[in-house]
Amino acid sequence: MSASTTQSGRGAARRRALTGRAIFAGPGLLYITLFMTIPVLLVLVYSFFQRGRFGGIVWEFTLENYVRAFEPVYLNVLSNSLVIAGTTTVFALVIGYPTAYAITRLPKRWRTVALVLVVLPFWTNFLIRTYAWIVLLNSEGPINSSLVDAGIISAPIGLLYTPGAVIVGLVYAYLPLVILPVYASIERLDRQLIEAASNLGASRVRAFFDVTLPLTLPGVMIGAIFVFVPSLGNFVVPELLGGGKTVMVGNLIRDQFLEARDWPFGAVLALFVISLLVILFAIQAAISRRINGTGKRYAAKQVTHA
Amino acid sequence: MRRSLTPSSVKKTGAILATAVSAALVLSACGGGDSGAADLDPEADLTQQSLTVSNWAGYYPEDMAAKFQEAVGAPMTITNHATNEEIMAKLTAGGDSGIDVAFVSGQFAQALNEAGLIEQINAEFVPNLSNLYPEAQELAYDPGNKFSVPYAWGTTGICYRSDLIDEPTSWNAILEPSAENQGKVTALATERWLMLPAQKALGFSANTTDEAEMEQVKQKLIAAKPGLLAYDDTTFYSRLVSGEANAVVAWDGWCNYGTAENPDIKFVVPSEGSDLWADTMVILKTSKNKEAAHAYINYILDPANHAWVAENILYNVPNKAAMDQVGAALAESYPPMGVTPAQLLEGEGLVDLGEAGPLYTKIATEVTSS
Amino acid sequence: MRNLGWLRVPFIFTYAFLYIPIAVLVVMSFNASKSPFVWTGFSTQWYTALFNNELIRQGFINTMIVAVGATILATILGTLLAIGVSRYFRSAIVEAYSLAPAIIPDLVLAIGLLAFFALVGVTLSLFSVLLAHVVFGMAFVAAVVIARIGQTDSSLEEASRDLGAGVVTTFRKITLPSLAPAIIAGALLVFTLSLDEFVIAYFTNGPTTPTLPIVIYSMVRFGVTPEINALAALLLLVSFTIVISAQRITRLTDAV
Repeated sequence: MSASTTQSGRGAARRRALTGRAIFAGPGLLYITLFMTIPVLLVLVYSFFQRGRFGGIVWEFTLENYVRAFEPVYLNVLSNSLVIAGTTTVFALVIGYPTAYAITRLPKRWRTVALVLVVLPFWTNFLIRTYAWIVLLNSEGPINSSLVDAGIISAPIGLLYTPGAVIVGLVYAYLPLVILPVYASIERLDRQLIEAASNLGASRVRAFFDVTLPLTLPGVMIGAIFVFVPSLGNFVVPELLGGGKTVMVGNLIRDQFLEARDWPFGAVLALFVISLLVILFAIQAAISRRINGTGKRYAAKQVTHA
Repeated sequence: MRRSLTPSSVKKTGAILATAVSAALVLSACGGGDSGAADLDPEADLTQQSLTVSNWAGYYPEDMAAKFQEAVGAPMTITNHATNEEIMAKLTAGGDSGIDVAFVSGQFAQALNEAGLIEQINAEFVPNLSNLYPEAQELAYDPGNKFSVPYAWGTTGICYRSDLIDEPTSWNAILEPSAENQGKVTALATERWLMLPAQKALGFSANTTDEAEMEQVKQKLIAAKPGLLAYDDTTFYSRLVSGEANAVVAWDGWCNYGTAENPDIKFVVPSEGSDLWADTMVILKTSKNKEAAHAYINYILDPANHAWVAENILYNVPNKAAMDQVGAALAESYPPMGVTPAQLLEGEGLVDLGEAGPLYTKIATEVTSS
Repeated sequence: MRNLGWLRVPFIFTYAFLYIPIAVLVVMSFNASKSPFVWTGFSTQWYTALFNNELIRQGFINTMIVAVGATILATILGTLLAIGVSRYFRSAIVEAYSLAPAIIPDLVLAIGLLAFFALVGVTLSLFSVLLAHVVFGMAFVAAVVIARIGQTDSSLEEASRDLGAGVVTTFRKITLPSLAPAIIAGALLVFTLSLDEFVIAYFTNGPTTPTLPIVIYSMVRFGVTPEINALAALLLLVSFTIVISAQRITRLTDAV
């Protein structure tokens, strides 16, 4: 094959790649840019301008919206939200991790069934799932009445309209999002490593904490982000299960856009949520990179030391 | 695509956005209120106009659209909003909301008018305006009903279970509940009515913009929060029915919904006084069906129709001719429907807060997130 | 189950936690009483009331319009995008960008779109909701199809191209058939997501065309009524049917 034909072959390949990119990826990437990237950039732009008295934007540059976010009332909402979203994440992991672990121990046929059963409730309307808890936690509802009937409590207790109710609602909403990635990471785990560890006399608990848990940390992190971030932005659960007494960032953002008509301030709050997401993903990526290296190395060292 | 993330192209996107943005600014600056009444065509064929109306959910007879079309000929769609704030956000978002007639409370109609978003009412096309009580033609937010027409009016008070507790006489029954009522009272959540009980209990105006007064209001409301079951402006009366709550802050008409299900549910206006609110109908500037919109308002003000509305929503309507027909009968089951306009006027009329709006918003956040 | 040991405890707890609330709703949907809390007898009256509820019917029609439209557009764009990304770009950044709409918090996307539509003068309506649903829908389709492409052998396509077939012919004759199961799964995924999507629709919808989740939101805010229980039971049935058929079609035992 002469040099010139190779050249033209390479040229054709490049042309084909470019045509392929344009035809296949072009429309989609354009669409995402138009309907996601530009809107999000617009939120960024708005955050630097002033609100109009009747809503909308007054085009005068200001940093006041950022300053306002540091007023005690809003810091209080932010820290409340972080606590509630954080607690939700911890509960979801504490329930979700062992469940995911249990699923990996099932016979293969049942594993699929178990996973589908985890996902199914997730495909039902989110509002209705939240509504179910209004019914369950109500002072006249089944939980209270069975506790009274059983003589555990003498009168119905206030379960609904508390931060606890909000956390239960959020865990319920996002639990599947923890179980799936954790399941995937445990499943992918090299069983031989764990067996090696236990062959070497490590107790099951040791083996779990030294090998399994560190190696599944990337999956845990993904699950944690999938619960934490949407919990932070959720405004329906605090409203319906918190009785308006628990205010989270999501409520604040919703209110700025749909009630107070203060778009610039709402934009600042939204940017806070987005930056938190980016930071968390960066941490996740870092952990995942380290584990892929050190985790395996650690286990290998244990094995070779034997 | 990687290139699109470089700083220079970000700058370029910024420049394009800024251009688009300033164009929008110029366009929006061309708006602004004018005082002339709507220029209408008396010969307009109403059957060719189709009307979209946004009202509160459950605040109109269910067959309203069908009845209206039958009577006037214009097809009508009714959509719902849950709060004033929700419909305001839609109306002020820019562009055509697709709504011809919106139902908003008086102080919001006032704000919409100042923003230049609503049409002046052409009284020639609404002859039934004369059916309104004289008092209802001089309400504080819009004397002379120039840009809004009242649909229902009333006051805010405490709705309670008379079989479970004594009649509350003060707003403090909600703000400082007795031991038996701890966690068994609710307050309204929308800003103006969230503030009202504390404003009145402290002896302030419901329209106060004084920061020192509002600071006291805030402290009182924060102190009241632990005693509340919830903030609630949509389901409070059913909480009384189910027994979740003993006493709730309520608009008079919605208390009647509770009374309808349980006659032991009663309404009282606390001794410190309360507000006079009016829910109004306004016509959007963007409406392309203004003749039909006027016809709709006139249709509502027809005595028989407004009486039919009152019987359905159990709120007082500011229509003398209509209340003369049904008021006495309704008051037998629902005492709040027996109040006279003079009694209603004892309440303080709510008006738009102007520049103090954000202060209320912020205090509302401080209270609910405390 | 037997070899799960103590893991049985969290395992059983999780499934009870997930299904008891749903079971309560379904049971209560057949309750004769108006109270959503107290069982007084069997009745199907709430289903009758549901079918006669004009708001719900209109909401359902609106939702179907959006879901069908968004599914068609998102499936086409997402499939093409997946092929473009994995066959012609091979860049992690472009792939991440393509999948970003699936990860970005819905509230942020919602307010961004609201601001964007207001700025460019798009009147909010079902159409603006549809445009919004296509963005994240496309990313989900792309994710499923990219995963599938990763599992398939690209040698057939290369052979086709080496034999002189153009990009389009190769796509039609070779790529598409091998990706069909993933595309169908992706389409069903978008359809279900769109059907239930609330936050974005709540922000980008016009005032006159509520979708079903928006109708449900206002019903739930206006109190507990057994009609919602009946609706819940029906929606469960629809969602379960779709998910199970998606499982059947793709036999996605590994990629759940």
